[in-house]
This record gives sequence, structure tokens and C-alpha cells, in this order.
Amino acid sequence: MSISLLERAKIAIAGENSLMIYFGEQASAEVSAHVQQAEQLIRQHMADIIIDLVPSYASIMVMFNLLDNDHHQVRSQLRTVLKNFSSNSSEAFVAEKTNTAKVVELPVYYSPESGPDLANIAKQAELSISQVIEIHQAQEYRVYAIGFAPGFAYLGEIDKRIATPRLSSPRLKVPKGAVAIADRQTAVYPSVSPGGWNIIGLCPMDMFDASAEPVMPVQVGDKVKFKEITKTEFIALGGVLSVEGREVK
Amino acid sequence: MTIAIGFLVKHPGILSLIQDAGRFGAFNIGLTNGGPIDKSAFHWANRLCANDLDVSTIEVSIGGFSLIAQVDTVIAITGANMPLTINGAAKALWRSHKVKAGDLIELGFASAGVRCYVAVVGGFTINESFGSTATVCREQIGGLAGDKLAQGDILACQSASIKGKQNLLLPECFWPSYEQELVLRTIPSYQQHYFSSQQQRLFFSSEYTVSKSFDRMGYRLEGHAIKCDIDGILSEGICHGAVQIPADGQPIVLMNDRQTIGGYPKIGAVISLDTAKLGQLSQGAKVHFEPISMDKAHNLYHLALSRFNRTALVKCD
Repeated sequence: MSISLLERAKIAIAGENSLMIYFGEQASAEVSAHVQQAEQLIRQHMADIIIDLVPSYASIMVMFNLLDNDHHQVRSQLRTVLKNFSSNSSEAFVAEKTNTAKVVELPVYYSPESGPDLANIAKQAELSISQVIEIHQAQEYRVYAIGFAPGFAYLGEIDKRIATPRLSSPRLKVPKGAVAIADRQTAVYPSVSPGGWNIIGLCPMDMFDASAEPVMPVQVGDKVKFKEITKTEFIALGGVLSVEGREVK
Repeated sequence: MTIAIGFLVKHPGILSLIQDAGRFGAFNIGLTNGGPIDKSAFHWANRLCANDLDVSTIEVSIGGFSLIAQVDTVIAITGANMPLTINGAAKALWRSHKVKAGDLIELGFASAGVRCYVAVVGGFTINESFGSTATVCREQIGGLAGDKLAQGDILACQSASIKGKQNLLLPECFWPSYEQELVLRTIPSYQQHYFSSQQQRLFFSSEYTVSKSFDRMGYRLEGHAIKCDIDGILSEGICHGAVQIPADGQPIVLMNDRQTIGGYPKIGAVISLDTAKLGQLSQGAKVHFEPISMDKAHNLYHLALSRFNRTALVKCD
């Protein structure tokens, strides 16, 4: 017998006009499938109530219009929408998407100069810096979510050996193009922003361009592969090594 | 081709931004909401100009801002008590004023509160990006070119007949007082269960001070460090007002320009009525958190809305 999406979901409160739907506590292709399918269903059936949706690894944040809905109504509608859909078909939905996923290659200049946390990660992992780089670029990653900042794609999952917790206090300025690690996630910062991830290198590509079509080189469900480049190649590709890049606080 | 006329920015001040109600529906590419930090003052400014409530205004932070009118029209300014002059003569906030082409409108520095809203009849005519004019500097999106206003910028607007037109004012008893002490009513939510009951009691009974890092993205507070049983979570959507507790235990209340997704644990979310007030506080101000249920929060939201709609503006000359 098939299990409905609702049976996989836990609905909780986020804030005044927002609910969270959790499909699990761990990132996995299966959970991601449920998230993608539920997002599509909610957009289809609840467009008049929803202000915005924020899908992520294992959850969807649902922002609703507080003027004519309360959270009880929104919960009950979410239940109805999710109940009528079997989660087996959501796996089929994502299997199909995975097979047709494009692979995007991103060049990275890995070095202590461009990646101020590289040495620390190597030390904690009891590996050499070049081993950390080798492990990071060895595999293809899946785009699990987009958010935090325009064009910020959450990629997973990185090898356990180089997984590193976030910094205890976020940096106020992380440079554009910073390739970074938090736990078993990795990402490229598309623009200068605050952030608490460990920086291991810099990518010279634009991850977000409001005037381009599409605005981003990747979308949820795509695969990403990192490729090490030299400093000369990095600069030739338009990369910039800024003083801000090494600013810590 | 027509040359845009409206208002010329003479002095941009510390941080002056075009803001409409905010950008919604672009979270899937990582664009945050933006929009007015003090939604209440923003709505009043537009109401005093008889505008739709959500049209584009200028959010002036701290002050030191001046404009030269290039058209005859009506403006209204609300929010922090920045001294307002038109052609050097002191004028009141919380009411509309007729201005003529050539008039100089100046805002000094606020002694209480942080942000003012400058509205004009019909709103400023700004091109939308991703469905909104809201400026988010960090994203380089919105406003004139994704940035704060600069000297020499021209903010287009329509001219409006001012002959025989009556001004509107909000009676003084309805003006907010921006005190440097505030209770932030907070809905316990998100990773609340990863904070022990002792840590939750500590959070809701401690006094916090606004640190030097307070901006449109978030207000970093200083006080009793709050411990969470976990270091991080799978990154997930962050709602307006969410209270993030990073590993150093110092709460950050996330505001309009917050990141859309993040992985620090959150203990709850401050209601929008109170984030609007928080956004008028600056370094050194004191806040307390007070728990509130989702149902009570909804009730307060609708009461405030009803009160806003039922408060009549008074005609004046």
C-alpha cells in the first residue's frame, strides 16, 4: 500500500505567518523527493493563500497571507493537499528528474590564501591540505536547496572526513565566490555577505546575475562538480583576491 | 524620450533606501523580502498621501537627508523624530505637506527612533525588479540600481495639483513614542525543543542590549548566552522575526533583509508588530522577550490592523 505525503510530514509553527513542514531530519534523495513534490502540489493548490514557499533539504517553509487565513486553516488545507498524494509517485518524480539532471562544473582556486579555513579543516581532520582539496573535488554533489542569499545553492553531501561545523560566530563579510563547508554541506557564496561557513577556496564564476537568463547556472536537482584551478587560471577567469577575503570578524 | 522629474536627492544621508511593501515570491532563487522595517510608519506615510498602502517610499535611516522638489505635489513623513524643515521652516512629521517645484526638504538626525518614511502622492515611480522596488543592498536588487540613494539621484513621481487641496494629519495621541526599552513578544517555535526548559526560562527572563551590529538584516543582541543542545540543523527557511541562537549564545533577531535559509538553531519568532518597534532601536537599547501563542499573535495582528483602519485622519490646511 502506498503511503501519502502527509504520513511522511510533520507540520510545525515557524512564526506569525509561517509554518514549517518537515519530511525528515536527515538529507537524502528520498526526502528531497518529498520536498520537491510537496512544493509543486502546494503551489498548484494553495496559490491564493501562499505568499512564498522556501523549500530546503528536508523541509518547506510556508508563508501564508495572514489577512484572511489563520494557521489552523492553513494546516488543514496543507493536510488535505498532502493526503491525496502518494509519496511513491514523488520518488518516481525525482528519479526521473535525477536521470535528466545536468552536471555543472565549477572551477575553484583552493589555497590557504583563498581559503582561510583550509588549514584548520586539514588539522582537525588529520589530513594534508592537498588531501582535503582532493576529497572535496572528488565527487558530484546534488543541489538540495537554494536560498540564504540570491543564487546560494546548498550542495550535498560532502565526505564525512572533511565535514566541519560552522564557525562559532559568523563572519560579518565573506567574499564573493567563497567555496565553503558547513557540516556535510558545501556551497559557493554568490556575493559578499555575512556567513558562518568554513572557507576553502574561491570560484571565479558568477552564481547569480539578475540581468541574465537564467539568473543562476544551477537549479535544485542539478549536479555540481568542482575542479581545481591555479591562481593564474583563477585570475584569467576574472577572479578577484580581495583583502575582505581574509577578513575574519 | 522624456527626462524623469520628481525629486532630486541633495544629500543622501547615512542610509536612504527606496522601499515598497517588499519582494515576495522570489525565495526560490534566494531573494529575501526587503521592504519597510517599520511597517506601521510606512503605512501611515502612504495613508497621509491618500496612496495605496504599499507604494514606493524612501526609508531614511538615522537622518541627514535632503531633497529638492522638481514638481508641485504633496508629501508626508512619518517615523523617527528627525527634525523636518521645508525651505528652512520647521514642519511637523505625521502630516502631509504641499510642496512646490524648487522647495528644499531637509531631515536632520533623529534623537529617538532610527527610521523615517518619506511618501509622495502616487508613490515614487521606480522600475520593479522581481516584482518589487524594495532595495536590498546586499543583493544589489531594487531601488534605482540595487543600491542606497546617492547625491544627484532623481526619484520620479507624478505632479499633483495642490491648489485648494487639504492636508491630512494623524492626531498626536496616535504618534508612537520610540522608547529605548521594549518587550518583544515571541512565538516559541522551530528548534525550541532543543533548548532545555532552564535555557528557555533564562531566555525569557533576561534583559538583552542591542549591540553595535544592528541593521536591516538582523539585530544582534548581547546578554545572557543561551545554550542549545545542538550546534546546527539542516539549513531551513527562516521567517521574519526568527530568533537565531548561534554557538556563542547571543540572540539575533532576523529582519526584512535576512538570509532566506540558514542552519543555526532558532528558539522562536518575534511578532511583526514588535519587529517594527525593534527596528527603531539602536545600540544600547534594552529588550526583553516574552512568550506568546500563535493564536494570541494573530489576535494582536488583527486588532492592530483594525485600529489602524478605524483611526481617522484629520483634515488641516
